[in-house]
Order: sequence, then structure tokens, then C-alpha cells
Amino acid sequence: MTDPQRLETIMSRYAGVAADLIPVLQDIQDEFNYLPKDELKVVAQHLNVPLTRVYSVATFFKMFSLEPRGKHLIRVCLGTACHLRGGQRLVETVGRRLNVGPGHATEDLQFSLETVGCLGSCAQAPLMMIDDKYFGRMAVDKVPKILKPYKP
Amino acid sequence: MKNDSVSLTIDGKPVQVPAGTALLLAAKANNIDIPTLCYHPELKPEGHCRLCVVEIGTAPRTRLVNSCTYPAEPGLVVQTASAKVLASRRMVLELLLAQAPAGEHLKEMAAAMGVHETRFKKGDPAARCILCAQCVRTCREVVGVSAISMAFRTPKKRVATPFAEQSEACIGCGSCVFICPTNTIAYTEKDGIRTVWGRKFELQPCNKCGNYIAPKAQLEHWAKLTGDPVESFYVCKDCR
Repeated sequence: MTDPQRLETIMSRYAGVAADLIPVLQDIQDEFNYLPKDELKVVAQHLNVPLTRVYSVATFFKMFSLEPRGKHLIRVCLGTACHLRGGQRLVETVGRRLNVGPGHATEDLQFSLETVGCLGSCAQAPLMMIDDKYFGRMAVDKVPKILKPYKP
Repeated sequence: MKNDSVSLTIDGKPVQVPAGTALLLAAKANNIDIPTLCYHPELKPEGHCRLCVVEIGTAPRTRLVNSCTYPAEPGLVVQTASAKVLASRRMVLELLLAQAPAGEHLKEMAAAMGVHETRFKKGDPAARCILCAQCVRTCREVVGVSAISMAFRTPKKRVATPFAEQSEACIGCGSCVFICPTNTIAYTEKDGIRTVWGRKFELQPCNKCGNYIAPKAQLEHWAKLTGDPVESFYVCKDCR
């Protein structure tokens, strides 16, 4: 499918009112893996909201990304418990392994690395997530083995 | 009608105001001054700056609320200068001083309330923006074009055009520059070109006297609003 069609399919699911903005952006994020600029302009027109509003919402929420995200999203927890148990070292290790800084995607767009405030499973600190899967009681030396199945 | 007005106490003084009046305005109407930064009489209050906090209720059940957004309630007891209020205001000023160290207006205001230095780590020493959103609200509510908005979230929160590019919606009217209490927004006017938010606007000279009236984009906006041909705005208000 070409891009206008993909967007059209998403927009056709909604009534086209301003309140649909966040659900529409979520669908675009799922479909495109980021929020492309041109698509956002079309969304603003369709929902009849100012482009500033769309930009404001898109930059406010962490689930949205204006840069292309990698195929797999790695979230490393830096909440209080994870922080105490070496979360920062975990981020650094993953970042070094994949050659990517937190908040960015690898060059081949295979991975995105992000830090989060809490993953809601503090008992298993330090914790990281790849896509929908949790990896608890992490240690730096477990990182290569965990990343392996996700590599191309 | 009795229902339309409520009685409350502000700083021990019994006052009567129409129901729903913001505490800030109720106090002002009774000559009680509450300092504000983000409040503007022409804009809908949004409670950004937190400088106008007041203490409501009776001890030990009191709490701090924004006086600009809190509506007057019957029998409410309000203190505008209690120890708690003053401490909170000083804290807000200290935090704002760290965020916008270059803001003269802010510094004066802080000094007047006894805040001369901030204990917090200062950001960019040239930063002036206090995120009061008066520019954003003016653009949205008064001008009606929404060319700028808040973007990102703290601590990166700032006023920006979409994608930090030249805003297509902007008409170059300069209202945001005019309303800004800290002179944050860059604005120049030279040889018939106005530059604001990184975009250049060609100014339209008056057909009679030749003085510049406003950016062409703004006159086109007026024409769209009124349905009149854009040429009808090419005469300045002095020559009309």
C-alpha cells in the first residue's frame, strides 16, 4: 500500500472530530512506526485542528516519535528500583552493543533504544523490555544473548 | 437576584462577587493585589505560572489554589498573603529565576518579594521565556490562527512553530511579540520586511501615505475574515 492509502484507511475508522486526534496518532504510530510530518499535516486538515495542536500533542507524549523508530523497541527502565540496581549501566551496555544513544534508532532501523520512568515490575529490577516482552533481573552479561534473536 | 452573587472572605474582609468570579478578580475588585505573571485580562486564565496561589479554607484544612482559575464559592475563606502563600510564591519565583535568568521583569518582581537569588541550577543564562503561554493563547484566542503552541514537555518544553519550521498559519501580526511579558520572541522590521518566528513577511505600504500598514499575509487574513477584497485594506487607518 502506498502511504496516502495507509493514512486513508486509518482516517476512515474515525468520525473526523478533534477528539480523535490521539487515537489517530496512535494508529499512525503503530502503522508507520513513527509520525511522518506530511501525514500529520493531512491529519490536522482532516480533523480540523491547527497543526500546532497536532505538533504539541505529538511532542508531549513519549509513545509518539517524530523520528522513524527501529523495528524493535527496547525500553530500559530507569525507575527508582531499577536505577538503584544498575539500570543506567544496562542502558549504556545496550547502547554500546547496538551503537545507539537513548532516544534514537540504530542506523539499520532494527532497534530503537529508549529509557522509561517505570515499567511497573520493580520487584524484578533492573528491568528492560523488547517490544512486548519483559526481561527482568537483568544483568549486563545477559544483554548479548537477549539481543541475539532480534538481530537480522 | 440572590443566586447570582456569593459572599466570601478575602484576607478577613467580607466581599460579595458574582458567582463564578475567579478569586483573583474578586480580590482585585476589593483592592487586594495578587501578583501574576501569566494572567491577562483579555485571555482565558490557564494557571501556568502559579504565582497567584492563595490559601483557601480554615485551619487545619487549608490548601493552595490558583486564584486565576478558582471560582468564588459561598462562604469561602481566602488568604492572599499567608505564610504558606508567600513561601509558595517565593519558591515559584526561585524556580522561574533558574529557568529564565535573563528576564528583567521577573528579576524585579522577585526582588520585590525578597527573592534575590535562586538555589536551583540555572539553565541557559540568556533564557527569558517563563512559559506563561500568553503568546500561544493570544495567537489562538485573539488572532485566531494558532501559529504557535507549546511543544515537548518539561524540561524541554518551549513555545514553537510546528516542526520548528516556518509556520504556514502565521500571519506575521506580531501579537505574540507584543503580549510577551519578557521580550522573548525575536522580531525585526527592516526595509519593508518583518521577521518573526523565522519567517519573513512583506509589509504592505498604504496606497495614500506610503507608510507600512501590516504584513500582506495579515491583510489577506482580514480579507478572509470579513469577505472584503484584500485591496480594501491597502489604505492605512489614518488615511481612511
